[in-house]
Parts: sequence; C-alpha cells; structure tokens
Amino acid sequence: MIVQALAFYLFAAVTVASAVMVITAKNPVHSVLFLVLAFFNTAGLFVLMGAEFLAMLLIVVYCGAVTVLFLFVVMMLDINFVELRQGFLQYMPLGATIGIVLLAELAVIFGGWHFAPEAAKAGASPIPSVETMSNTHAIGAILYTDYIYLFQAAGLVLLVGMIGAIVLTHRKRAGVRRQVIADQINLKASDVAEFKKVESGKGV
Amino acid sequence: MFEIGLSHYLSVAAILFTLGVLGIFLNKKNMIVILMSVELILLAVNINLVTFSTHLGDLVGQVFSIFVLTVAAAEAAIGLAILVIFFRNRGSIAVEDINAMKG
Repeated sequence: MIVQALAFYLFAAVTVASAVMVITAKNPVHSVLFLVLAFFNTAGLFVLMGAEFLAMLLIVVYCGAVTVLFLFVVMMLDINFVELRQGFLQYMPLGATIGIVLLAELAVIFGGWHFAPEAAKAGASPIPSVETMSNTHAIGAILYTDYIYLFQAAGLVLLVGMIGAIVLTHRKRAGVRRQVIADQINLKASDVAEFKKVESGKGV
Repeated sequence: MFEIGLSHYLSVAAILFTLGVLGIFLNKKNMIVILMSVELILLAVNINLVTFSTHLGDLVGQVFSIFVLTVAAAEAAIGLAILVIFFRNRGSIAVEDINAMKG
C-alpha cells in the first residue's frame, strides 16, 4: 500500500512539475521535452490505476507521434522566440485569477465526490477481474463488438486528419522539374528525333 | 494520506487542466505553446475518464478515452499544419497577427 502511495505521489508530482515547465519554459524545444515527461508520468498513473493498455497507448501515440510532430514544427520554423515571450507576465494577473477560480471550483466538485450506491451496478460493461482477463483483452472484447462503429469513425477521423494535413501543407513550386512518367511513356520517336538526308561531301 | 483514492487522481487532473488554461493565458503570442496547452487539457480529460472508469469498474470510460486520444492526435496534426502554412504566408506565429478574417 505504501509503495503504491509513494509511486502515486512521485508520478503526480513529476507530472504537475513538468506541466508547469511546459507553459513557462523559455525555449519551446524544452517545452516539448517536458510535455513528453508529463505524458510518461501520466502513463505511470494509468498503470497504477490498472489501465495498462491506455498507458502504453499514451506512450505510443503521445510521446511517439504527437510530441515528435511538435518537435519537428518547433525546429523547422525559423522564429525569434525571445520576441514571442514579451508580455509573458502581462497576462499573469488575469490568468492566475481565472486559474485559481477554476481550480477552486474543481476542488469543490471533486473534494466531496462520492458515488451513489447503485452507480457501480449500473455500468454498461464491468471490468473483468485481472485473473480471468487482462485489461487489453477486455478492452478489445468490447471495442470490436459494441463500439465497432465508433471505432471505424475514429479511423475515419484519423484518415481525414492525415489527408487534411497533407493537402494543407503540400505546395506546388514553380521551376521545379519533376519526373512525369506518363509523359515519358507517351513520347513518340518522331517528337524527339528527326531524320535528315545528308548528301555526301556536304554538311547538314 | 497513504490511501490513494478517487480524489487524489481527480486533483491531479484538475491541476493539469488549470495549468493548461493558464498556459493559454501566459503565452498569448506563441501559437505552438498554446497548442501544447490544449494537449495538457486533453490529457487532464483523459485522466478523469480513466479514473472514473477504474474506480467505478466500468470499461466504457477507457474506450471513450481511446477516442479522445484519437481526436487529440488528429487535432494536433491539423493544428500544426495550419500553423505551418500560416507561418509560410505571414512569417509569424504570434496570435495577434492572426487577424486576416477581422472585419
């Protein structure tokens, strides 16, 4: 029990600390790297809760794909980040006020939270015990049956996202000679070469 | 203190959510950090979903969390693509320069 508590406090503290660093770091590259740290520690929290599949998914999707995307964009754009930080503290009072109010409201809600006695029985798909079925197996058993349409819709969302990103960032640049294979195949010998009768003793 | 329950995880999520909102306010000029703050907010939402799922013993919360993850990934890709073409056209990512649609 005490090991679990210590692990929770470790993961939670590192997550919150790295989230603070994400929003205050001077260099956006550091922000992205702290974001990776926050995701890793959240994955640790998920493992503590017994949601192993989502923990691994978080590492693969967030740490492996999303933050790398951020890293690429941060490093490829040639931006003066010092200039962008001007006025950082200008909005601090407003932001801190809203943050404190929001946190207080959330604390009031979550502090006194307890489930209704019949809430546990009303679940749509109860978690099977770990001895009979692993977390991944249990999620797969309902994801591919009860939620198959939503699953397919999620795939479509990703497809649209991918096509959208490609269409948005793709550009045709003038003056670039590209290989057009159809044109090459359609070429006739008469288009490119010409036969001439050359009389002997004279030039062309 | 050493009994870790629902409210512990919920408070971590609440703090993360607040930090995300605060990040949007603090980095009014830097579009990239605002997108990262949105990721933090979505992470807090995911923590909430998984916490309630595991403490109620209902697996649907985790399935929903997978869909939130999917949407977050697509959102990051589209957001960054828009950011890249905006930078290509205007040479800046400051939020106050994004005013082309202002009347």
